[in-house]
Amino acid sequence: MMSPMADLLRSLDLAGPELLLAGFALIGAVVGAWSGERAFGFLCGVGALVLAGAGVWAIVDHPGAPAQMFQGAMVADGFAVFAKALIGFSAAATLLLGADYFRATNERRFEFPVMVALGVTGMFVMVSAQDLITLYVGVELQSLASYVLAAWRRDDARSSESGLKYFVLSAISSGLLLFGASFVYGFTGSVHFDAIGSAAAEGAGGVGLTFGLVLMLCALGFKMSAAPFHMWTPDVYEGAPTPVTAFFAAAPKVAAVALMARVLYDPFAALELQWQQVIIALSAISMVWGSFGALMQTNLKRLMAYSSIANMGFVLMGLASGADRGPAAALIYLSLYLPATIGIFALILAMRRDGQSVESISDIAGLAQRRPWMAATFTMLLFSIAGIPPFAGFIGKLVVFTAAVDAGLVWLAVVGGLAAVIAAAYYLRLLASIWFSPPAAALQPASGTIVFTATTAAALTFPVLVFVLGFLERWADWAVSSSF
Amino acid sequence: MSELIAGWPILSILTFLPAAGALWILAARGPMQGQNPGFDRGVKLIALIVTIATFVVSLVAFATFDPAGDGFQLVENVPWAFGAAYHMGVDQVSMSLILLTTFLTPICILASWTIEKQVSAYMILFLVLETLMIGVFCAMDIILFYLFFEGGLIPMFILIGVWGGANRVYAAFKFFLYTLLGSLLMLVAIIAMIAIAGTSSIPELTAFARETGFDPNVQIWLWLAFFASFAVKLPMWPVHTWLPDAHVEAPTAGSVVLAAILLKMGGYGFLRFSLPMMSDASHLFTPFVFTLSVIAIVWASLVAFRQVDIKKLIAYSSVAHMGFVTLGLFSGTEQGIQGAIFQMLSHGIISGALFLCVGVVYDRMHTREIAFYGGLVHRMPVYAAIFLLFTMGNVGLPGTSGFPGEILTMLGAFQVNAWFAAIAATGVILSAVYALTLYRKVALGNIENPKLDGITDLDSREWVIFVPLIIATLVMGLAPAYVLDFTAPSAQAVSAAYLGGTP
Repeated sequence: MMSPMADLLRSLDLAGPELLLAGFALIGAVVGAWSGERAFGFLCGVGALVLAGAGVWAIVDHPGAPAQMFQGAMVADGFAVFAKALIGFSAAATLLLGADYFRATNERRFEFPVMVALGVTGMFVMVSAQDLITLYVGVELQSLASYVLAAWRRDDARSSESGLKYFVLSAISSGLLLFGASFVYGFTGSVHFDAIGSAAAEGAGGVGLTFGLVLMLCALGFKMSAAPFHMWTPDVYEGAPTPVTAFFAAAPKVAAVALMARVLYDPFAALELQWQQVIIALSAISMVWGSFGALMQTNLKRLMAYSSIANMGFVLMGLASGADRGPAAALIYLSLYLPATIGIFALILAMRRDGQSVESISDIAGLAQRRPWMAATFTMLLFSIAGIPPFAGFIGKLVVFTAAVDAGLVWLAVVGGLAAVIAAAYYLRLLASIWFSPPAAALQPASGTIVFTATTAAALTFPVLVFVLGFLERWADWAVSSSF
Repeated sequence: MSELIAGWPILSILTFLPAAGALWILAARGPMQGQNPGFDRGVKLIALIVTIATFVVSLVAFATFDPAGDGFQLVENVPWAFGAAYHMGVDQVSMSLILLTTFLTPICILASWTIEKQVSAYMILFLVLETLMIGVFCAMDIILFYLFFEGGLIPMFILIGVWGGANRVYAAFKFFLYTLLGSLLMLVAIIAMIAIAGTSSIPELTAFARETGFDPNVQIWLWLAFFASFAVKLPMWPVHTWLPDAHVEAPTAGSVVLAAILLKMGGYGFLRFSLPMMSDASHLFTPFVFTLSVIAIVWASLVAFRQVDIKKLIAYSSVAHMGFVTLGLFSGTEQGIQGAIFQMLSHGIISGALFLCVGVVYDRMHTREIAFYGGLVHRMPVYAAIFLLFTMGNVGLPGTSGFPGEILTMLGAFQVNAWFAAIAATGVILSAVYALTLYRKVALGNIENPKLDGITDLDSREWVIFVPLIIATLVMGLAPAYVLDFTAPSAQAVSAAYLGGTP
């Protein structure tokens, strides 16, 4: 056992990415309070660098073998590194998009980059958590920042409503999380994952422990918007300002999925037979519900909300399959899903007419004739997220289907296939609007940031990935095998 | 020849040349798209040059190919990710289908010369489609196959939806969702096969099926999943309903590609996967497939007879002709399989040519209604002659390429079940009824409709389109042995694998 001082120093070193983010948030708050609106652009720019830098730092400063921090409260391991890199990069991209957007709408409030950085700090803590207390602190830090962001426009009824809705429902889920965690603590006598894991392996707790776990899973299902805990998602997606929605659609999903994977495969690995049923149910319900729900939407952001519910179902299919393949499949799915989502939100951000944002499906009618490049990127991203080859999203589906079939869950893969066909119908509706309809009134030209983000995202969905896929697979396998 | 290009990844070049052409158009496009006729002509010219070059490359590949060789040739194999490999190779069947593809695509581009709306997007999609079609036939890794197979939906969806007829959006959706549903079930089956056999390489899977074999109970599920995909694609009765809609709404070149090549992917799939890899289940389901096949032949022929739209009539005739393909394939006999392959190639050319014939009059009159026409022979004698030739081919007249395929599939089926063969034979008569009736209504008689007075005969571009097709139809009809000798090794291999699997 290391001396407390040595442990602290070492932990501070390993926690570099988190400290960087927290430091930026604190200093940014001071700078922002001092100089107000003027600091907005600067803080966003630096914030994006810091977020991406934190992701890079996590990769570079990685200790090799899993390393405990703060006397076992957190851990730096391959799995956390992979998730942090995904979170950092996607948050940086959404922050840049947000900077661009809020500048255009004249809402230059410095709190935006600060809140994003705080939220991401919470996510980093979530994915590194090694005990129930850290887990809860991470989740709450992330949620608090999200409440503020969701209610960004105080004077806009939709935005306030979405903030309130998110707050109330999220508070309930936090309550469930604590309730479940207290069961787990009560039946195993510890909050540390290692101790819980060994206690669970020895059969401690029985039904009580399972009950606690299920409560925790419900709460985490809420955070990742898996059906039937998805109710907040469409409203919050629609009500929040679009850059905030883009942020919600990307980074927090990774954090929630990673946290769920860690809880399932680390402390509760011994209860696999019990939790597998829950995850399978969540997965199947999410895929089907998300796909059907999206069919009826006319608002693009609501549609993307249902799409994310369905996609979380696919991620859960990966997690449900257990063994080594499961978490790796979920990570790969997320890495391929994120660029497409961010790219689509970049394009939604680009939809402005007379200075006003538009977000209904009919507003993109005839885009192919007016703005061929935007239409082409939209097309690639939508086909990717629909999982149609040769785009990258297909590889994501392939990987989770493979994991499920390997685990003997053929029927779940078939349900996924059927859900994917329904999902394809609503993505096709968007494409039909873009390509087949007569042009709607012209949209304003998109800013450079948006064009760059969308084009990069579209390039990433492309078979260019062929050269990267091998690496991605190896990284994911390594991340999982070196951690659990 | 083979020394000259030894070491070249000829199949990759062949596959991705059209895609490179698409990039060329994208790069050349610049700020002006769609508005400038001169520029549009340039884009069409690029597409034509690229597709002709692709045809030349396919001829080079063909020249390098050893017709007597066993198994796959011109193999390229690079490991990829997730256990899959970039594994390309061709045998006799795939080689002949590739030649059909590369032969027809330049003709399609020429037939698309009348396109005026968003020309560069159209040509880009068409070239991408060609890449995906060639890729399907080259892929020797089952995941790679799936990638190309399903990827083809994307350009076709947009082609139908943007450049199609009045009801195009409905048709595009129906086409996409039907085919996707089948494909995704197949994907699950593919994953299951890989999990069982531990490989995604098609030759290794075939070898596994021959030596170890998939468990018969598992085979049934695998077979059904593959069947869901290929039966929709082919299409078989009763999952054919997307086809008439897609055909009617698609632009002329889209219909040609759809009928001539995309449908063949279903037959190719049966040949490559269902028969050799799941032979027990194939035996089990043979009566089922036979039943569907003869229903397709008889029923689709009767429905074709009742059509008022020329394109729809030809679409239903495709369904009937594909019935012969499945009949031949599932007879499992060498003759039957040979006939099915021949029928696929011949139908590619004849149905393609018939859709082009429809396109010719549609370009002039903007209607496909049969009742609108009549007596075209007086104004368009050359056209009427060409149309007659392809109508005869469609009927299966000896001397045209339509005959050997039908007779061989029926011979094959006869060896297995005489009743089915007998019912199928009535389909030949029915096809004569609807095809000749169509010809009579469109081309013969007096000109009743005054609007037809000014209609003109074929121009030089249309001549260029039809001449290669006429030659191909006659050569394949008069000297079918060229094709049959070439495809024999593949047919023998499949037949042996299939009959060898009899318990």
